[in-house]
Amino acid sequence: MASRSADLNVEGVVKRFGEVVALDGVSLDIASGELLTILGPSGSGKTTLLKVVAGFETPDAGSVRVDGLDITAMPPARRDIGMVFQNYALFPHLTVARNVAFPLEMRNVAKPEIERRVGEALGLVELEGYGQRLPRQLSGGQQQRVALARAIVFNPRLLLLDEPFGALDRKLRETMQLEVRRLQRRLGLTTVFITHDQEEALVLSDRIAVMNKGSIEQVASTTEIYERPANDFVADFVGESNIFHGTVTEVGSVTLDAGRRLLIAHPARVGSRVGVLMRPERFGRGANSFTGEVKEAVYLGSSLKLRLACDDGLELIVRQPAGGPMPATGNRVTVGIEPESIHVF
Amino acid sequence: MSSRSGWLPATPALVLLFAFFLLPVVRMLGFSLESGTLDWYAKALGEQLYLRVFWNTFEIAVFVTAVCLLLGYPLGFLIATTTPGWATLGFIFVLLPLWTSVLVRTYAWMVLLGRNGVFNRWLIDIGLISDPLPLLHNFTGVLIGMVHVLLPYMVLPIYGAVRRLDPALVAAAEGLGASSWRIFWRIYLPLTLPGIFAGSVIVFVLSLGFFITPALLGGGKVMMVAVLIEQEVRQTLNWPFASALSAVLLVLTLGVYALAQSSTRQEARP
Amino acid sequence: MSRGLLIAVCTAIYIFLMLPLVVVFPISLSSAPYMQFPPPGFSTQWYDRYLEDPQWIDATLRSLYVGAATAVLALALGVPLAFALARGRFVGRGLVDRLALAPLIVPTIILSVGLYGLFAKLKLIGEWYGLVVAHTVLALPFVVLVMVAGLRDFDRALEQAAEGLGASRWRTLLRVTLPLLRPSLVSAGLLAFISSFDELVVALFLAGPNMTLPKKMFDNILMEIDPTIAAVSVIQILLVSIVLVLIGRFGRGLQGSAR
Repeated sequence: MASRSADLNVEGVVKRFGEVVALDGVSLDIASGELLTILGPSGSGKTTLLKVVAGFETPDAGSVRVDGLDITAMPPARRDIGMVFQNYALFPHLTVARNVAFPLEMRNVAKPEIERRVGEALGLVELEGYGQRLPRQLSGGQQQRVALARAIVFNPRLLLLDEPFGALDRKLRETMQLEVRRLQRRLGLTTVFITHDQEEALVLSDRIAVMNKGSIEQVASTTEIYERPANDFVADFVGESNIFHGTVTEVGSVTLDAGRRLLIAHPARVGSRVGVLMRPERFGRGANSFTGEVKEAVYLGSSLKLRLACDDGLELIVRQPAGGPMPATGNRVTVGIEPESIHVF
Repeated sequence: MSSRSGWLPATPALVLLFAFFLLPVVRMLGFSLESGTLDWYAKALGEQLYLRVFWNTFEIAVFVTAVCLLLGYPLGFLIATTTPGWATLGFIFVLLPLWTSVLVRTYAWMVLLGRNGVFNRWLIDIGLISDPLPLLHNFTGVLIGMVHVLLPYMVLPIYGAVRRLDPALVAAAEGLGASSWRIFWRIYLPLTLPGIFAGSVIVFVLSLGFFITPALLGGGKVMMVAVLIEQEVRQTLNWPFASALSAVLLVLTLGVYALAQSSTRQEARP
Repeated sequence: MSRGLLIAVCTAIYIFLMLPLVVVFPISLSSAPYMQFPPPGFSTQWYDRYLEDPQWIDATLRSLYVGAATAVLALALGVPLAFALARGRFVGRGLVDRLALAPLIVPTIILSVGLYGLFAKLKLIGEWYGLVVAHTVLALPFVVLVMVAGLRDFDRALEQAAEGLGASRWRTLLRVTLPLLRPSLVSAGLLAFISSFDELVVALFLAGPNMTLPKKMFDNILMEIDPTIAAVSVIQILLVSIVLVLIGRFGRGLQGSAR
């Protein structure tokens, strides 16, 4: 299946619903063949943005371009965009094969050609032989794969997925995530994926766009987003974190509002107000030392999560791999973190 | 979808309703005023004879509603509180009479209630009575026939209301030591009142305008408004008078509905 | 124990409900030449009478094709109306809703007499298509009630999916929406048919000399209680039972929305 995937350009899109501003001037560029995940809590506007790209909502301002072509006002049926919804939206009265064939029939493709491409698409999602089944005879994961096959069979320029795995159990979700990734890579299809699950975003994406209250907080590669979040919201939303604020008192050192001094490796100007982020798994030994009482110790199988009430007043979440000494509630421990591991924003 | 959209598909149906529903009804009602006066209304509402008819109609409607309620509640209750298998069966035996032609049912009652009818023959045969009971061509016959036709309309809303009742309430009451009679009286009855009300309104209003059953089972001796209207149009050819009668009937019907609507709205307000 | 009492009472009520339906069966098979109960012997004479009388057959056929035409017209007008009511957003929607259900509320006698006056002027008395139009007015509320209920439970995501896959509004309607609404369509059509087939009051006024089955039965009952009526009644009961079975099998009932 040859791909003719396009690049997507969203420019200054605004969408209001009465008083509520769902999208506040959103701009985004997605390169051809890329998988970008839009990550955000409910109400952040991510689904609205997807609907604007798909054509089910018309923006009040701004434009949507696919390969340079302005499609902002184009009806969804003409946009040639593949979509997969959370609740599958498979046609219950059609067999799997007829479901997958539907977009081809809408484009008046010849029957033998339809058969060939449906077979190909089902093969890609590993559901050969399921053509004659009805959707209700399939499991959740299988239905989602049919939805995927249906979304790509007509060679769309773009693929949109709206929280497609929300209804699946954890193991299945992980399998499907990898499958989508594999498929996307193989077809080189430009893909936009929507989710509120940050782990899912980290697994799938080339880049992540974090959205909050109608705006994009940060767009960057997965590593960037995790290691160097641009602000409080992103830092807090993606992964667990210990976030504090303070002022740079001298180069290489921050005095937190709580009073404690931290050594950092960031060339922030003296006097500037900054936020510091310490990821729980970065603690171990280091120049910065914290001592305190373990308030909570949770055993998670592969790791141990501790909540530490430090003597200097800070509360820290610390993760350490299991297999070593395991402190219990009430114990006193000391942890350290290197200046290089502290992210400043 | 944009606002102010989607009205177009309704157009053909609306044309039909305007031309063949509103137009004929309004035109019909207009006849009563063709003399320019309210004389025909004076006749309809002033003369003893016709007031009797209205009173008769009202009386029968009240009785029919009461009996339907008495019989319909147990039925609706039973279907709503039994297992799905039995419930389906129960429904079938309610829907089958409902969808059988009123004519067929009314005829069957004529067979059953006549002087030589099934009922009387049986009662005479087993020696309970010696003379046949007058069950036909009178108030009783019409009552029985109408109750039979309208009973399903009472059962369905009551079924709905009993179904909507939270079984947890009953369980709680049982746990607190209430007898089944008490539970019925204090919990089921008050909480299914909306269903009782809805069913009663439907049955009452339908009774007011009923034609077939009183015409056949009444044998000309039980005059309800609808039967009178038919006579005035087809036999007496007195259109203005029939029109006035129709107008009064319509006002009564709409009035009852309006009353019913407003009192349910009042109930909704806490 | 009080449950037992309830069941006993209900059984009695059910007997009351079914009695008339049951009683016509033996009468229709009676060998007596007039109304007699219990029937002295078994005979199919009344069925023969019915089948051999061209007037009865004529009336039956007329009722059948008037009923079929009513079903078709009621669906053709009522389905779009239901769409407009269930999905449209326009000024006066509440009013249209009331109007669509009004034929259920206004006493049929008034509508019948009104149509009689109008049709007499238009010389439509006795014309079968006039009757179809009148019956459609009466059937419309049923169609609307069933279809609106069906549309309410319809998952619009399916239509969105179809659009996203390239289907125009029309194609979505024809390939996705209507096929999935088929059970409701079947119910609505069958209800419309039955309501027309059984309808007497309007037919009384509008059918003229060209009678429908109910009208002929009515005239017959008034003139004499001939057990032929019983035979016709049995046939009607059987027909309705078949239709109810069809609705149960292929349609979607009104049970969910107990009025």
